[in-house]
This record gives sequence, structure tokens and C-alpha cells, in this order.
Amino acid sequence: MLTPQARGPLSDRVLAAMRDGATAHLVQVPEAEVAEDAQLTLWALYEQHYRGFDDVPAALEWDPHLIAVRRHLEEDFERILRDRTPPAPHAEPFAETFFAYIADHDGPSVAAHVQRAATSEQVRELLRHRSIYHLKESDHTTWAIPRLSDPVKAAVMELQFDEYGCGDPDRLHAHLFALGLEASGLRREYGSYVDDAPVEILEQNNAMSLFGLNRRLRAASLGFLAAFEATSSTPSRRMAQGLDRLGFPTAMIDYYLEHVEADAVHEQLAVRTICGVLLQEEPDLLEDVYFGAWTSMDLEDRYAERMLQEWAA
Amino acid sequence: MNRPERTDHPDVILCPDGPMLLRGDHVVQDEDGQQHRTSRPVSAVCRCGESMIPPWCDGTHKVLSQHCRR
Ligand SMILES: [Fe+2]
Ligand SMILES: [Fe+2]
Repeated sequence: MLTPQARGPLSDRVLAAMRDGATAHLVQVPEAEVAEDAQLTLWALYEQHYRGFDDVPAALEWDPHLIAVRRHLEEDFERILRDRTPPAPHAEPFAETFFAYIADHDGPSVAAHVQRAATSEQVRELLRHRSIYHLKESDHTTWAIPRLSDPVKAAVMELQFDEYGCGDPDRLHAHLFALGLEASGLRREYGSYVDDAPVEILEQNNAMSLFGLNRRLRAASLGFLAAFEATSSTPSRRMAQGLDRLGFPTAMIDYYLEHVEADAVHEQLAVRTICGVLLQEEPDLLEDVYFGAWTSMDLEDRYAERMLQEWAA
Repeated sequence: MNRPERTDHPDVILCPDGPMLLRGDHVVQDEDGQQHRTSRPVSAVCRCGESMIPPWCDGTHKVLSQHCRR
């Protein structure tokens, strides 16, 4: 993947510095004028820790000037996300409270639109947007694993092993999505469509990386995971039905059918054996579990609101 | 030296108002006598009877229990 198009003065400066390796002058960087300038910059800085860019020297992954810019941006971003988050429910038992919290959350649904009314063009746009995450699906959760106690670590691995195809590359979820893209006539290469991604998609991606890459936010990472899994089975069935209605290829439909079944397991594991056990060990992390869970649902709502509005026009 | 505490790791977990989780490889026979082999580290068997992908859970129980709570 090559570095994306800049979206303002900040991303312009930082991406140029990444490409030519001259990062010392980044001690003074322009302020982002719009949120997507900041979000794209943060996205590119996080991406250095996943697969990186073909036009950026690999040695820059831990460049102190780039890390300083990242810290500045992620502090701002965390503050914004926390300001958006309502207080956590404290009722016991945790699992039932958590599932009720998810069920009571009413948000607009992209999947319901795809099921009933979306055009092929709209769905292709959606798949391009989703590709930014689904082509590195679950990787952000893997960041959290070394920061966990033995019981929680083993529980996360039980879930992640399934996400990663149980050792079979052809069952790995990100790979299933790549096959679906290819069969649908879309580019399957990692990061192909980042220039098409609206700010809401960048925020979703960045929240996952923020939580995964900071040890102190491990509970937010696992809360994000639990809410993500617990809002996936039914929307995935709707997606599969919509794709079928529009005549999309089997490979794309199969990705979503796999998630109807897999995420009905994963939601139980994420809530009970992962977050539930984490909170038995460290009850003080409850607020952060819900911080992650809220962020997961809220960022999806924001994306859905934007796209449903655009598509209605 | 203290021996580290052992953590519960049952083969079968009955989730309140939810599916039955099965750890490991099993063959599940459904109501019609059809056999279904598990394919994941953990599988969720439907207990509410409303799943569209029986014998596996698809999360439909959540819609049912939501109706009950309201
Ligand atoms: Fe997945
Ligand atoms: Fe999953």
C-alpha cells in the first residue's frame, strides 16, 4: 500500500515527512483544520504498526518525532471519545446487563438498508469502506493479548483463533473478505480504498488501534470487541440477504454467513469468558469496558447516519 | 510456593437466555436426526428453537428475551 492522499495541511506535512524520512521538523506541525485531516494523519501513523506503506522506510515505525505527533493526536481523539460516552451501568450480573445495554441501544442500520433497498452501487461503496477494517479484521484485538492475565489471554485466544481461521488461511476472516471483494470485481489489496473512506470510517479504525496499542486501554479494547461481536450476527444475516437480492457472488455472501454463525459464538465469549473474567479480576475496569462498547456502537451509528443520508439524497 | 489458582474451563456452558456453548469437536444430532459436526474451537448450539441456522445459534434469542423484558 502507498501513503494515502492528504486531507489538509497536517496530513500533507506528516505524510511527506514519512515518505522522505525527514521527520525532525515535525516538532512544529500545523493544526488540523478539519477532523478528517487529524484522523487521516492518525490513521497513517497507526498503520505503521500494522502492514506499513511501500513508500515509507520501515525504520520509521518507532521514529520519535512521528510517535510524538501520534501521541498528540491520540490524546485529542481519546478526549473526544470519552466526552461522547455516557456513564456505565453498574448492575449485576455483568453479562446480562451488558447484553441488555446493547439491545437497548437504538441506532440506524446500514445492514437493514442493504437488506431491503440499497442499490448495487451503494453496496459496492459500503464494501470499499468496510475493506479498510475487514482486510485487517481482528488484528487490533491481537495487540491487547500480551497485556492480559493468563485466564483472559487464553479466553481472547479462543476467540481470535476462530477469527484467524483456526490455522487455515482460507478460513481466516480477513481472507474471506478479500475473496469476496475479488469476486465482486473490487480490489482486494490491503488498504486499496483508504482514499474513499469518510472520516467516520477512519475514526472507527483509529479507535480500534488506540485501544489496542495502549496497555492502559486494554479494557476499552475488550469492551469494543464485545459490543462489536454482539451487534454482528443479525446485521450479517441482513447483509447476506441484501447481497443475495442484488446478485452479488457467493464468496461475498459467504463472508457474512460465516459471521452470522461465528459471531453468535464470539459475542458469548467476548462478554462472558473475556470481559466477564477481566472484570472479576479488575472490577475498576468496568467504566473502560463500557467506554469501548459505547465507542463501538456510537462510531457505527455515525457512519450509518452519514451513509443513509447520502444514499437518500 | 503457592500453586497458581486454576480457572474454570468447562466443556459445556449453558448461557442464561442464550445458547449452549460446546468446546472442542462434537457431532450434534438435530431433531430430525441430521448430524452436524462442529468446526470451531467453541460452537454455540441454539436453545431457543428460533435460530434460522439450526442447530447453531444465530443470536435470535436476543430478540425473544428483549420482548419479554418490555
Ligand atoms: Fe470475523
Ligand atoms: Fe467475530
